[in-house]
Amino acid sequence: MKRVLTWGLGGLLGLLALGAASIMWLDSADAPPSANPRPVATDAATIERGRYLARAGNCAACHTRRGEAPYAGGEALVTPFGTVYGGNLTPHATTGLGQWSTDDFWRALHHGRSRDGRMLTPAFPYPHFTQVTREDSDALFAFLRTVPAVDRANTPNALEFPYDSQLALKVWRALYFQPGTYTPQPAKSAEWNRGAYLVNGLGHCAACHGVRNAMGATIAGREFDGASIPGQGWYAPALTLAAEGSVAAWPVADVVGLLRDGVAPGTGAGVIGPMAEVVARSTQHLSLADAQAMAVFLRDLPVRPAAEPPRVRPADPRTLDRGAKLYADQCATCHGERGEGQPGAFPALAGNRAVTMADPSNLVRVILQGGYGPSTAGRPRPHGMPPFGHVLDDADIAAVTTHVRSAWGNAGTPVNQVQVVKLREGRD
Amino acid sequence: MIPNRIRTSLVATLALLGLAAHAESPTDPQGMTSRVAACTACHGKEGRATPDGYFPRIAGKPAGYLFNQLVNFRDGRRQYRPMTHLVDHLSDDYLREIAEHFASLEVPYPPPATATLPAAVLEQGRTLVTKGDPARQVPACVQCHGTAMTGVAPAIPGLLGLPRDYLNSQLGAWKTGQRHAAAPDCMAKITARLTPTDITAVAAWLAAQPVPVPSKAVARSALTQPLPLDCGGVQ
Repeated sequence: MKRVLTWGLGGLLGLLALGAASIMWLDSADAPPSANPRPVATDAATIERGRYLARAGNCAACHTRRGEAPYAGGEALVTPFGTVYGGNLTPHATTGLGQWSTDDFWRALHHGRSRDGRMLTPAFPYPHFTQVTREDSDALFAFLRTVPAVDRANTPNALEFPYDSQLALKVWRALYFQPGTYTPQPAKSAEWNRGAYLVNGLGHCAACHGVRNAMGATIAGREFDGASIPGQGWYAPALTLAAEGSVAAWPVADVVGLLRDGVAPGTGAGVIGPMAEVVARSTQHLSLADAQAMAVFLRDLPVRPAAEPPRVRPADPRTLDRGAKLYADQCATCHGERGEGQPGAFPALAGNRAVTMADPSNLVRVILQGGYGPSTAGRPRPHGMPPFGHVLDDADIAAVTTHVRSAWGNAGTPVNQVQVVKLREGRD
Repeated sequence: MIPNRIRTSLVATLALLGLAAHAESPTDPQGMTSRVAACTACHGKEGRATPDGYFPRIAGKPAGYLFNQLVNFRDGRRQYRPMTHLVDHLSDDYLREIAEHFASLEVPYPPPATATLPAAVLEQGRTLVTKGDPARQVPACVQCHGTAMTGVAPAIPGLLGLPRDYLNSQLGAWKTGQRHAAAPDCMAKITARLTPTDITAVAAWLAAQPVPVPSKAVARSALTQPLPLDCGGVQ
């Protein structure tokens, strides 16, 4: 018995040692920055390119607070593990990146490590940014050097134990992160490869659209399968499902329109909620060629077969009646009596995937808080949806969403009051 | 050579098209009324009414004031989540157009609500609004908002025709730092000198006053004295 125990213990210790050794080995892949970093480019073309890339990566989403100085940090990002705050990227000597070199910046982007070697939380999407080329990294850094320096100390992250520890990050990285570069696929066109580089790298689209595991890592092969956005109460649709956000059947021009103008010219689909923010801050600034490249890649994503529809109790006739009446009173003026919408102004609800998709979060969210699409060059004066959160109660919203999901040939599942309560209160 | 009859009807058609571009029908999906449908759900039809007694009237307010408020919501100087969410991704140009749309509307005001507070409180409100309190360096409201209190174009709002709850909460929000205007924030300085009782009194008295005719903001030249404080939103 004692021998068995000793053997077991020895084995366990051996495994631990092996684990630690492999972690150390993987860790040592992050070479410390050289003593002679590349100089920071100061030519206008590189700086302009860096500015363009900063927008393509939507750096401001986390690194610029509303109404405050650009890239001075402080914006909160809610994760299931706690809240993370974007850092100060301005060249301020003590609170910003003033002391950083091009190598330090590359190390952060490519290896997920800060200048002092500290491992960064992957809420900073370095598992995606690791694919960014050194040339693009240097251009980004050259641009950030030109941003006015702001003296703003970083807000410490508020992560729960143990996610706030370097040890936890070490384990996480050993399991889920390896620095990598984008490897072009020779079977695909140069345009497709450019699109893949932008979508998977700086664009970090999978940060919202990808399915994550319990440890918050994006599951390989499920980067575009759709996911709820923590803390926001919105759902990033699957780009691999015909019933959600797949664009495989769209012309390239529609995908480009959605990304650059916030509206697809052919289908009339528009963006609202978090994707409106992405268009406003990031994709509207893409060059036509880059937007087209992304469209080519996104259209080529595999389309998964639709899942079996969940078995749910059909809505009772009283709920449907209530929903139909509310619709006639509150919605029909703009969206039409048969959900046909008004082209160029108010979207059709009949046959609208955003209305019928399995997760009803976005439909409920948009009724609760309304919203405008973004002002863009292609659509400077968008129409808007009024908020109904203070006009309709939870049962009303459940009834009207159930109605629009099942009327006019729509085949969405009913929405119950509990789902609405959760979306209203918890935002998640 | 176009026959005369056809030419006349062509000119008439063109004239009608020209007219249509200016006087939109309220049901035109491309017109401003449709574009601001998201606003009127709370601010009332044509931005005039306040069904639950909180949302302020926006119709006929000075365009510069409305524009400043839209930008303040977007840029975080005013905190009201539903407003911020709505204007979050709209351009300055579009916000200015929306502001000008509501500023241009001339719709009649309903009679004011009957005052329910004691006469002494209302008198305190009246005194502060019309005379201020020089001992505490509180200027009279009328010094900037005009003797008629209908505002001063382009950026100083009128104070009449607003719900008491709205006036109360705006003055309170300025005092507690929830609401800001572009620096220097003159209203923040003034409300810092007011007590909660002052705010109650001012809001109660203002909400009980009828809106004069004409109700439009007056020109800056109508102010007899320079503004008592520097205001960032009023340049």
